[in-house]
Amino acid sequence: MSTVTRVDPASPAGSTRPLSQRRPLGDRTFQIVALGCGLLVLVILVLIAVTTSQQASSWFSNEGLKIFTNNWNPGANQFGVLAFIYGTAITAIIAVILSVPVSLGIALLLTEVVPYRWSRPIVYVVDLLAVVPSVVWGLWGILVFAPWLQKIYTDIAGGVDGVPVLGPLFGQPVSGASFFTAGIILAFMITPIVTSLSREVIATVPAIDKEGAYALGATRWEMIRGAVWPHSQAGVVGAVLLGLGRAMGETIAVALVIGSSPEITSHLFAPGYNLPAGIANLFGEASGEFRAALMGMGVLLFIITIIINVTARGIVQRNARRKRGA
Amino acid sequence: MAGVTTEPQQVDLREPAGWRRTKNRLATWLMVLSFVLVIVPLGFVLVTVIAKGASSINWSFLTGGPIPAVVAPAGVGGLGPAVLGTIEITAVATIMAVPLGVLAAIYLSEYGGRNWLAAFIGFLADVMTGVPSIIMGLFIFTIWVLHFGLSGFAGSLALGCLMLPIVIRSSYEILRLVPNSLREGSYALGATKSRVTMTVVLPAAIGGIVSGVLLAVARAAGETAPLLFCIGAAETANANVFSGANTALPLQIFSNANQPYVGAAERGWGAALTLIAICFILMIAARLVTARFARYSH
Repeated sequence: MSTVTRVDPASPAGSTRPLSQRRPLGDRTFQIVALGCGLLVLVILVLIAVTTSQQASSWFSNEGLKIFTNNWNPGANQFGVLAFIYGTAITAIIAVILSVPVSLGIALLLTEVVPYRWSRPIVYVVDLLAVVPSVVWGLWGILVFAPWLQKIYTDIAGGVDGVPVLGPLFGQPVSGASFFTAGIILAFMITPIVTSLSREVIATVPAIDKEGAYALGATRWEMIRGAVWPHSQAGVVGAVLLGLGRAMGETIAVALVIGSSPEITSHLFAPGYNLPAGIANLFGEASGEFRAALMGMGVLLFIITIIINVTARGIVQRNARRKRGA
Repeated sequence: MAGVTTEPQQVDLREPAGWRRTKNRLATWLMVLSFVLVIVPLGFVLVTVIAKGASSINWSFLTGGPIPAVVAPAGVGGLGPAVLGTIEITAVATIMAVPLGVLAAIYLSEYGGRNWLAAFIGFLADVMTGVPSIIMGLFIFTIWVLHFGLSGFAGSLALGCLMLPIVIRSSYEILRLVPNSLREGSYALGATKSRVTMTVVLPAAIGGIVSGVLLAVARAAGETAPLLFCIGAAETANANVFSGANTALPLQIFSNANQPYVGAAERGWGAALTLIAICFILMIAARLVTARFARYSH
């Protein structure tokens, strides 16, 4: 009887550590360098938050909660930015309301209606919207689109004058530059991202559910409502939130077409302002407390968009995981 | 006795009639309509920019200088400094952002696996793509311009911050598509992980990565907001990215857009056409690279 000592093939003689743990220095250095590059994202995000908040600290400490008042008068050193926040919210909401039905329509068209061969060119065309630079949208918006819209605004305002809810919303325009013009331009700009995200979500609907619906005699529309929609609801909400975040942060196009007037009004055809456009237009001539206030507006914008993005990505990722697990 | 044969019930396989069919048709037409609603403004913008911009494009407009004041009539000077600025600022941003972004993507896909840190970094990269571009401008203004002054390089840093998460995201998606059998094959030959990554995985994915990078460059080249506070407003060409004020095409469009002068509008449209051409060429290049070289793509 002889006992055979089994030698672990992974740990050759002369070494106490298994082969899988013996890695050359270069290999480990590479891993650490790669990790460092990954952590750069975290570092940049933290640095953005810290450094811009430092620059804005005097505004935050001097004004306290008064930053959330509608009291914007740089000449008198009064920097309440409620009007800017209001404009940011209003324009982004208009953009989302206009863009979401269109984006969902295209996403459904791509996933459920057209054959694969056709879906490629359609995706390219929709993506072209995202390739047109923001400043070109702005140039076109202010020189061509806004003057054209002004006539339409005037007609609509004449039509709804005195009507209880619509009257105060759609009053006579001052010019073509307004909340609503900015909202429309933003809608063009966020449509590609809302479309592509909704398409990804809708593509995860299991084929067996769709076939089941068809087998029961459903029309395509009934199949979409019965099989596709319940599956993709949550993910589409995430996509819409991401579009909202994009619309809130878009700067140059809005800076050109919003009319540059920090006011809170129910008139959607009136000129307004939003946070990024305010920063872009006013930063050049600002100094001291004024600059701190604009930095602070940047911090507010950063916080708002981070909250929206984290929520939206969370929804999209959780939804994707659940769908894969199911 | 004649057997009673019951006729098998006929299943009606025709398209449902009436209101159900109408609703279905209506829904399909609405989907097509939504696509039309996207084509119309896109076509409108492109046609306007080409119609109004083509007349001002000529060699001296694209390469000449100095940049005229906004009140100057059309045909004076040229936007050469802005074209040069856009190219050099975007190029430096690309040189910085692409290696960092690709390495980060390598960490996420090759080393991270399913651990929480990789998931967290991937999540942050997603979130960072949603940070407004003007915030990047404010950030670089704070950490760079306040200490070292305006320069093209500051603009490159801002654009780099913007490109980084896009490069990470697109490269990561491509790296994940590289089949595991390739990696296993080279491990079996005794290669270390870094060697497998650099000599097997990366070359297999390079087509897709280049295509993603080109799209990120197209996005960055068209950005105005991050440059607004970083590069200043030079009127003459500045070939040195690292010192002195510079200028870029988007900034020229922005400063000319809101002026009542005819010359300014002409220059704005000309610059817009040039910028759109640059962005579209980059995007078409990305599509060609995908079609020709990418072994794995979506």
